[in-house]
Amino acid sequence: MKAPSRNRRPGFSRRAQYGLFFSYVIAVTGILAGLGLVVAAHFDPTGFGFIKGAALDTTAPVSTAARGVVRGAGNIVDGIGAYFYAGSQNAAMARELDRDREALVRARILALENERLRRMLKLVETRGGSIAVARIVGSTGVSSRRYATLDAGRAQGVQPGQPVRSPEGLVGRVVDAGEIASRVLLITDSASVVPVRLARGGAPALAAGRGDGSIEIRPLGAGGNPFNRGDIVLTSGTGGLYPPDVPVAVILRKDGDVAVAWPLANPAQLDYAMVEQPFAGLPPPPEPAKH
Amino acid sequence: MRSPTSSAPPTRAIEVRAQVVPIVSTLLGSATALVPTVALSPTWPPIGLLMLLAWRLLRPEIWPAWIGLPLGLADDLLTGQTLGTGMVTWTACLLLADLVEGRLLWRDYWQEWLLAAIAIAFAMLAGWAIACWTGGATPVRLILPQVAVSILCFPIIGRLCARLDRWRLAIGKIRAQD
Repeated sequence: MKAPSRNRRPGFSRRAQYGLFFSYVIAVTGILAGLGLVVAAHFDPTGFGFIKGAALDTTAPVSTAARGVVRGAGNIVDGIGAYFYAGSQNAAMARELDRDREALVRARILALENERLRRMLKLVETRGGSIAVARIVGSTGVSSRRYATLDAGRAQGVQPGQPVRSPEGLVGRVVDAGEIASRVLLITDSASVVPVRLARGGAPALAAGRGDGSIEIRPLGAGGNPFNRGDIVLTSGTGGLYPPDVPVAVILRKDGDVAVAWPLANPAQLDYAMVEQPFAGLPPPPEPAKH
Repeated sequence: MRSPTSSAPPTRAIEVRAQVVPIVSTLLGSATALVPTVALSPTWPPIGLLMLLAWRLLRPEIWPAWIGLPLGLADDLLTGQTLGTGMVTWTACLLLADLVEGRLLWRDYWQEWLLAAIAIAFAMLAGWAIACWTGGATPVRLILPQVAVSILCFPIIGRLCARLDRWRLAIGKIRAQD
C-alpha cells in the first residue's frame, strides 16, 4: 500500500497551484481539439493525408524489415508440417491435377470463343494496367478498423482511391498514400462496400465487410437468396473504381436474406498485391439503330 | 544512501534517462502495432495505452495530465486509428486517474488493477465508438476479447514498468531503496 498521490498535491504554493490548474486546462483543451479532429475525420475521412502519409513512410520500413523474419519462421513451420501429410497430399493433388487439366482445356476453348465474340462485337477493352506491385507488410491489429500497409507510395505512382488486388482476388483500395508506403482499406473492413455479381448466373449483389474477416453478401434482386455454399462472387465493375471480373469471395453460408462469405485473397497470407488504375466504369450502351 | 559505485552512470545521464525512459517506453509500446502481422480482427492489446496507465499509476508525479495529448497523437499515427482517438481517450484516462486518486486515501494492487481495467475498457470502447462513427461500424462483440486480453495483460506491463523505473532512477546503485 502506498499513499495515492505523491508530490501531486500543490500545498499552499500559489505557483504550484497555478501549474496544476493550467495542466488541467491544457488537458481539457486538448481533449476538445482531439474531438475536433474526430469530427473532421467523420466529415472528411481522407483529411490530414499528408501527416498520415508521413507517419506511414517512417513506420513502414520497420514492418518491411521484420516481415521477412516472420515469413521465414512461418515457412519453416509450414515446411515441417508438409512432411507429415506428404503421401496423402500427393495422391489428392494428383487427382486434383487430372480434374484441373480437363477444366483448363475447357477454359482455353472458352477463351478462344470469347475472343472471337469480342472481335465480332468490336468491344474495346479499356482496362488500366497495374501501377505498382508491392508487398503487404502489416496491418492494424489494435484498431477495430481493418487496414493493411503496403510498401509502395506516391513515388511509385500510388494514389488514394486506387483498387488493390492480388492474383487470388480483390484486396481493397488505397486510402492514404505516403511517399514510400500506403494504407489499404481491406474489403473486410465494415466501411468497404464492393459491387459484385455471382459467378454462376450473374445475380448482382453488394459485398460489405463485417470487420471480423468475413464479408456479407447482400443480393440486390428482390425475393429469394440466390447464393449457395461454395459460390464465388466477382466484382461487377458497376460504378467504376473496382475493375470487373476480379474474384472477391467464396460463400460460406446463407444467413436469412444475406450470405456470409470469406475473402479469396486472405490478407494474412498475402505477400504481394497489385495496385491498379481505378476502373473508369463500363461504357454506355450503343445507341439503338434508327430505321 | 549508498555512495555511487564505479559502475554507476554519471548523475546527469541519469537525470536525462529518468525523463526520457517513460516517454520512450510508451512510444515503443505504441510501436508494437508495427509488428508485421496482418490481423483479420482486432486482437492485439494496445500496449501503448497499457504502458501509459502503468507509468501513471506507478509514478503519478512524472507527468502532467496533458502528456496524453502528444503520446496519444503518436499512438494514433503509429496504429493508424482515426486521428484524435488516442488524444481524447488517453488524456481522459489520465484525468480519470487524477479524479479517483484525489478521493482515495490509500491504494493497493487490486484497486490499481480495477482502476486500470476501467480505464482500459473505457478507452477501447471509446476508440471503438469513434471508429464506428467515422465509418467502420463493427459489432461490439468483436472487441470484447481484445478488452479482456488487455486487462489481463496489465499486471505484466505494470511489472515491466516497475523494472524500467528501477533502472531509470538507478535505484540501488546511487539512490536508496524506495
